Amino acid sequence: MIEISNVCKEYSEGNKALKNVTITVEDGEFVFIMGRNGSGKTTIFKLLMKEEELTSGKIVVNDMNLGKMPRSYVPKYRRRLGVVFQDFRLLNDRNVYENVAFAMRVVGASSRRIRESVPEMLQMVGLSAKYKMFPHQLSGGEQQRVAIARALINRPEVLLADEPTGNLDSHNAMEIMKLLEEINEMGTTVIVVTHSHEIVEKMHKRVIRMERGCVISDETEYADEAAAEDEDDFEYEEEEAGDDDEEETGSVAEGGNIYED
Amino acid sequence: MRISTFWYCVKQGIKNICRNIWFSLASVATISACIFLFCMFFSIMVNVRHVVHLVETTVGITVFFDEDLTQTQIQAIGDQIGRRPEVASMEFTSGDDAWEIMKEEYFEGFEELAAGFEEDNPMAGSSSYQIFLNDLSKQEKFVNYLENLEGVRRVNYSSSAAAGLTSFNTVVGLLSVLIIGVLLAVSVFLINNTINMTAEFRKHENQIMRYIGATNGMIRAPFVVEGVIIGLLGAVIPLCFMFYLYHQAIGYVQEKFQILSGIFQFLPLESIFPYMAATAMLLGLGIGFFASFFTIRKHLRV
Repeated sequence: MIEISNVCKEYSEGNKALKNVTITVEDGEFVFIMGRNGSGKTTIFKLLMKEEELTSGKIVVNDMNLGKMPRSYVPKYRRRLGVVFQDFRLLNDRNVYENVAFAMRVVGASSRRIRESVPEMLQMVGLSAKYKMFPHQLSGGEQQRVAIARALINRPEVLLADEPTGNLDSHNAMEIMKLLEEINEMGTTVIVVTHSHEIVEKMHKRVIRMERGCVISDETEYADEAAAEDEDDFEYEEEEAGDDDEEETGSVAEGGNIYED
Repeated sequence: MRISTFWYCVKQGIKNICRNIWFSLASVATISACIFLFCMFFSIMVNVRHVVHLVETTVGITVFFDEDLTQTQIQAIGDQIGRRPEVASMEFTSGDDAWEIMKEEYFEGFEELAAGFEEDNPMAGSSSYQIFLNDLSKQEKFVNYLENLEGVRRVNYSSSAAAGLTSFNTVVGLLSVLIIGVLLAVSVFLINNTINMTAEFRKHENQIMRYIGATNGMIRAPFVVEGVIIGLLGAVIPLCFMFYLYHQAIGYVQEKFQILSGIFQFLPLESIFPYMAATAMLLGLGIGFFASFFTIRKHLRV
């Protein structure tokens, strides 16, 4: 379970990034943290990653109090998290297999375990056939799949994704979200930081909306409400079948966006 | 650390060197220069010490006693001197022995002249101890002690040889420490630059490693491997040079300065090379290890 209680984060320049934020995420949940640039969503991501220290409040991840965590324990803690970024952050001089194996190698896994686990993981993300390819030979969606495989290879309890679909077209974005959903169904807690209304609307998951460092809504029930709205979208999409992705994206945003300011 | 992880780090370290080949070569060259000078001074110092030791064991201090002292009194003073820590060995020469030596040296062919002194040994009051010291640098102080002993008439010793050699050795030592110190600083600076460059190249990779949960040791290892390889290469190259040059230098000095060969005996390379090689390798390893270890610290923010 992830408990973020009354967390404030103030950067040295006096900029208050988070103001008294309280969020609880149960084990196995799929949560979107949504907001505009500067809303504080990435700060939450960084605090959860233990990349930044909180100014006040408390963050507990699976019984580990991050505020009291010694620096020496941070690597061990991070092994229990999987991280996915918008820009994939792959090693361009290594192929798909090596990129995924890299995550196991740096935590000291044995060669035998690497040989067993990497092909399994690549099969799960649908990249078995492309294991010898280098990042520049892959599409954006495929690169993000490699990043997800790398994030999951050490079997983390929580997967954190910072704008995982930010660099993808809507088709690939939905493919990635489906993959994250499958991962969540296998028991991994998934937290996705995004500003994409389209994705959030389609996924029917819990959405925490942030603005200027505060949580302005935590819509656990949104999934149900949105599901009803999404039915309309679905009909609309069917009518628009054959149109390109951009048009589809636009239509969904117009039809089902409840987060438009 | 697993063997596979160890080899992975070694491989990455070698890759780092290849990525920055010119900087790495510059570092190797500077360390080589530093260690070459170290080897050169090491050889000179060891050889000078060897000569000093030869002088110590061949040039002794001779102590003569008052003529009215009995054999027992001379023996007692001798025992007192022999207990001093500076004394390596001592030999007693009685008045009769001294006369025998004198006869052999100065009366060869004039035995009838020597026979005139048979009844009256001119060296009767010349009983002496010849003393050899452990360390020639303590000679002056020791001679002073002897001269103040009751019953000691005269102390003969050679001050110039000992003082000259010990001061030469000190100058060589100080000079080598100074030059090696400057070169060490340059080597550390260059390794520092090389590692910083590599860290910049690997910034992206290190960042990913941190997110994945790599420990500082794991992130640091390839850089330390890089530093250690540079350091060891910087030691092996000058050692190879020294191995070749030492023989050449001995041959040259003995051929060109034959006058020296009588007083200056070079140590064979085989007797000094193991120590020189071990010290040079440790020096190279140390420079590489510590320079890389401390340089990479600032790149390890978790």
